[in-house]
Amino acid sequence: MNDARVVLFFNNFYLYRMKASFDFEQPLVDLEEQLEKLKQVADKSKVNVSATIRELEEKLEHTRKEIYSNLNGWQKVQLSRHPGRPYTLDYISMLCDDFIELHGDRTVKDDKAIVGGLGSVGGQTVMFIGHQKGKNTKERQYRNFGMANPEGYRKALRLMKLAEKFNKPVVTFIDTPGAYPGLEAEERGQGEAIARNLLEMSVLKVPILCFIVGEGASGGALGIGIGDRVYMLEYTWYSVISPESCSSILWRTWDYKEKAAEVLKLTAEDMLSNKLIDGVIPEPLGGAHHDPQAMASAIRSKILSDLKILGRKAPAKLVQERIDKFCAMGVVNEPAS
Amino acid sequence: MSWFKRVKEGITTKTEEKKETPDGIWEKCPSCKKVLHLSEQLENQYVCVYCGYQLRIGSKEYFEILFDNNEFTELYPDLTSADPLNFEDTKKYTDRLAEGTRKTGLKDAIRSAHGRLHGHDLVIACMDFSFIGGSMGSVVGEKIARSIDYCIEHRIPFMIISKSGGARMMEAAFSLMQMAKTSAKLALLAEQKIPYISLLTDPTTGGVTASYAMLGDINIAEPGAMIGFAGPRVIKETIKKDLPKGFQSAEFVLEHGFLDFIVDRREMKEKLASFLRMMAS
Ligand SMILES: [Zn+2]
Repeated sequence: MNDARVVLFFNNFYLYRMKASFDFEQPLVDLEEQLEKLKQVADKSKVNVSATIRELEEKLEHTRKEIYSNLNGWQKVQLSRHPGRPYTLDYISMLCDDFIELHGDRTVKDDKAIVGGLGSVGGQTVMFIGHQKGKNTKERQYRNFGMANPEGYRKALRLMKLAEKFNKPVVTFIDTPGAYPGLEAEERGQGEAIARNLLEMSVLKVPILCFIVGEGASGGALGIGIGDRVYMLEYTWYSVISPESCSSILWRTWDYKEKAAEVLKLTAEDMLSNKLIDGVIPEPLGGAHHDPQAMASAIRSKILSDLKILGRKAPAKLVQERIDKFCAMGVVNEPAS
Repeated sequence: MSWFKRVKEGITTKTEEKKETPDGIWEKCPSCKKVLHLSEQLENQYVCVYCGYQLRIGSKEYFEILFDNNEFTELYPDLTSADPLNFEDTKKYTDRLAEGTRKTGLKDAIRSAHGRLHGHDLVIACMDFSFIGGSMGSVVGEKIARSIDYCIEHRIPFMIISKSGGARMMEAAFSLMQMAKTSAKLALLAEQKIPYISLLTDPTTGGVTASYAMLGDINIAEPGAMIGFAGPRVIKETIKKDLPKGFQSAEFVLEHGFLDFIVDRREMKEKLASFLRMMAS
């Protein structure tokens, strides 16, 4: 490859990353291409095609709405993993006038897959904690693909305790393919770290808001997911296992991931109707990556309005309601006595 | 109770390893492969007389070993799994449940009971691996939650015997939330300063490890039990290295600081009695 081609390759790669499209988006890609060609024709020739262009643009808009309002589970899983989506630090920078990142679990190390710190949102100090993914290969490795080790969960807990001590609310952003399944993670007690967070978060005396902003995979997500209000963005998923792993365990092949995504009922809509989350936050057309500012602003209003309500509750009542909410989850059969 | 009566009821071991011969019921020890007669298993708390291997047993056997005179009151015995997601993979979830009950006589993967251990009141919630791999779904979570309420109401120490492959996939996010529910209830138990003993037995993995199993005032385990969060196969695929010998064994977990002690089943009742006595006085 000569230099020019290398540059071209990387440009294309970059474009791919930002504009990565999925199979279900193909009709949009086709329409966009048609539109582009038509515009070029219009530039070169004197033929008036403005009416056709307008027609095509309307069709594009219509198709876009059509596609994104009819996504199935697997398509939403794909969108939740779109590499252009905003991650925790992106949201923090869009939400906060000021932010101080805080590091380390005070025991072993600073986990790069979970970040946190104090931020100021509309004059209110909030402890932000969230999974962090990377934007390129190097960053992705640095962030361990958003898969935290026990230190990450322990850093999160340290920050929550800090928030509790100074009576600051906690906001978490959840986006992980799972807690890291590594050798050291087991040595240092991955299970214990997550378990401890579940227990401590359920009795934390300050308001906790949780936003699933991408992937909500199992214990790795729940480990920072016990909140007074838990929201899912429209094109995210949350379940006990990823559809791929579910397929490989139950069907003994990776081929049933679409089917698994359907039966797991992992979409925001399903999770809400099963009363396992408190709300769904609509995303901009095409997903959060199409308009990160609009997405952040929707999250910001949610934070401000919820904190206003939750801030008025006495800590004991807040904790009791949080515990009651999680304890009501589950469906069993019981003969009438 | 004569052991012969138990034969008809059957014990929860794999049938292919269990054989009936003119001299009684026997099975091979999975570890040393020597033949163990049922009579000697019963006398020896289901521990291999030759190598000390702790045979996999269920709630029935644990209650028998730990509760005085095998007397206890079962709590919430009638809870059964619903199928809130109408889940179907290669099989319907409802069929799996029916099959589990047919094979084991159990209603789900946990039983909870109030009895006495050397005179000390104790509630034990014990998982049954033979029922869908001891997986944790809504029934497991709900029975634990209600048992904790019961312990708080009557001020009785609580013990969970874990033996599980993790969360039950067929209840998806409902299963996941049982981790939150049980941990939240344990926080309430802790606030009441009522002791909670977590006994981890072979195997304890996944969402069970990442919730109630690791939250004991004391966490204890049986020798050789496999204990971990992620499965060894997944870890091996992730790190692309062979795992060290003894990785995720109870001894490994003790060495890394997540267990208080390992106790042989034959000494368990005495040791638990000591703990309960010291906590009470
Ligand atoms: Zn043996």
